[in-house]
Amino acid sequence: MKDRDLIFEKSRPGKKGYSLPELDVPQKQDLLPENLQRKNPAPLPEVAEGEVLRHYINLSQLNHSVDNGFYPLGSCTMKYNPKINEDVSRLPGFAELHPYQSEEMTQGALKLMAELEKYLCEIGGMDRVTLQPAAGAHGELAGLMLIRAYHRHRGQDHRKKIIIPDSGHGTNPASVTMCGYETVEIPSDDKGCIDLEALKEVLDDKVAGIMLTNPNTLGFYEENISEVCRLVHESGGLLYYDGANANAIMGYSRPGDMGFDILHFNLHKTFGTPHGGGGPGSGPVGVKDKLVPFLPNPMIEEEDGKYFLDYDRPQSIGRVRSFFGNFGVLVKAFTYIRMLGAEGLKQVSEDAVLNANYIMEKLAKSYHLKYHRNCMHEFVLSGKKQKDEHGVTTTDIVKNLLDHGIHPPTVYFPLIVEEAMMIEPTETESKETLDEFVAVMEKIAKMAEEDPEKLKEAPYTTPVRRLDEAGAARNPILKWEPKG
Amino acid sequence: MYPEELKYTDDHEWVRVENGKAYVGVTHYAQEQLGDVVFVELPDIGEEFEMGDSFGVVESVKTVSDLFMPLSGKVVEINEDLEDSPEAVNEDPYGEGWIIAIELSDESQLDQLMDSEAYQKTLE
Repeated sequence: MKDRDLIFEKSRPGKKGYSLPELDVPQKQDLLPENLQRKNPAPLPEVAEGEVLRHYINLSQLNHSVDNGFYPLGSCTMKYNPKINEDVSRLPGFAELHPYQSEEMTQGALKLMAELEKYLCEIGGMDRVTLQPAAGAHGELAGLMLIRAYHRHRGQDHRKKIIIPDSGHGTNPASVTMCGYETVEIPSDDKGCIDLEALKEVLDDKVAGIMLTNPNTLGFYEENISEVCRLVHESGGLLYYDGANANAIMGYSRPGDMGFDILHFNLHKTFGTPHGGGGPGSGPVGVKDKLVPFLPNPMIEEEDGKYFLDYDRPQSIGRVRSFFGNFGVLVKAFTYIRMLGAEGLKQVSEDAVLNANYIMEKLAKSYHLKYHRNCMHEFVLSGKKQKDEHGVTTTDIVKNLLDHGIHPPTVYFPLIVEEAMMIEPTETESKETLDEFVAVMEKIAKMAEEDPEKLKEAPYTTPVRRLDEAGAARNPILKWEPKG
Repeated sequence: MYPEELKYTDDHEWVRVENGKAYVGVTHYAQEQLGDVVFVELPDIGEEFEMGDSFGVVESVKTVSDLFMPLSGKVVEINEDLEDSPEAVNEDPYGEGWIIAIELSDESQLDQLMDSEAYQKTLE
């Protein structure tokens, strides 16, 4: 077992791993008012260079990542992140660029962003895209602010309700609240899709819009999406597409064609940029023509082959992020799209859907499926059978996966499936990996029958065993204090 | 598990009428589904809600869930002990784990709630 002392606990007075040159300029003492000056040096850890290196390398090896194991975390699209994306984003022309450099000096970066915008418009069926939002939920908030600006401009500010189905992502209602709107939840029907009758009941002139993922959180394509769009538009509301599940539809169907007015993409999911500790994210927002005037400032425009930043957009909601978003992530997503091309992206979605269906059919024999029908890129399995028959919960099941070097699926979400395990294999896993996962899940199901008590103690092989999650949430230790 | 003297709702809240006040909490089934409760967001005393309104939030290691008013009324007491010991919701959902007490604005609403037997039927 590797030691897990904190870097502060490795500190010994006088040790150091750096050497600074002599100060050869006069020292200014009065730059800060006296009350802001330190009386004592900051208590930074004193360690040797080699110790620092080993400390962090060892910590990094305690992590599970998509580079060292299967990671079927539903809704998160933990696909392989091609390393060429890293190479390109580290080209000095991109990596060493400063956001305050002039338009003349940043034509390449502006062109890349303008082209990425075009690709995202094409993939999403939208007219324009802002690349500013720094994450999916940030995109949601920006999108809702656009909805608000649109209604305000039309004198319809009394529209305050946003409809979200009960299978919606947790971030959706949170974004709605942040935007000063009110969430109205509608139930799913017995096929796991939007209940049209329930939708009709809540549609009125107070509705600002609806937020949907398609495929939805259960992994099903909303078959009535055109009718949903027609009904919402008829009531004067707008439709927001949460792009969390866009990995399922690239090249096959476009939110813009379904009837959506606004969408966000998660570049860190669909377009293969790192996330889950490797971030940062990026959540570009696309809109149809009628919402373009409200997009955040600045937009990138082109005239006679020269790119420039357009701030002269009086109806804009303003900036939603400093500078131009997470530029390095944009470079990676651009690279991903260019490397795959239109046919490649289509195959991404095809394989993502095929892989999910393959696992689902195999696991349907040993686990319960609340909705057993063809899925898209993910599906929701249930541990209900194991719980009812052997008293083993979904938590117990997924803790066992850790002993096999597999990251657990998303659990206990969506809430409408009991003991939920939401499984998204992504397109980048081979049949052998999928088979291995199925074999492990079957082994666990068998263990639930034969030795449930053993299952409840897992994991056995991880650096730490079961953590006291409730204790950590009830009495969090947020700051390191020296012992004694 | 489901005391006879209480009334129940579809949203898994229970109600106990006592000295003209109605005490409200979540049922054994609800606490079991939630898992270890780590935080309960309480309303303010004096706040008024309609039947079915969300009056607070209960957060567990698994999920976050709204609390719904079983009846219309004004909040007259809140269980401040839950701030320090939210586990009471798990350990003693009908006793120490009570959440709020309300002054009813329409006592006839009580007739719309379920008795223990009817509630247990909905869980099957």
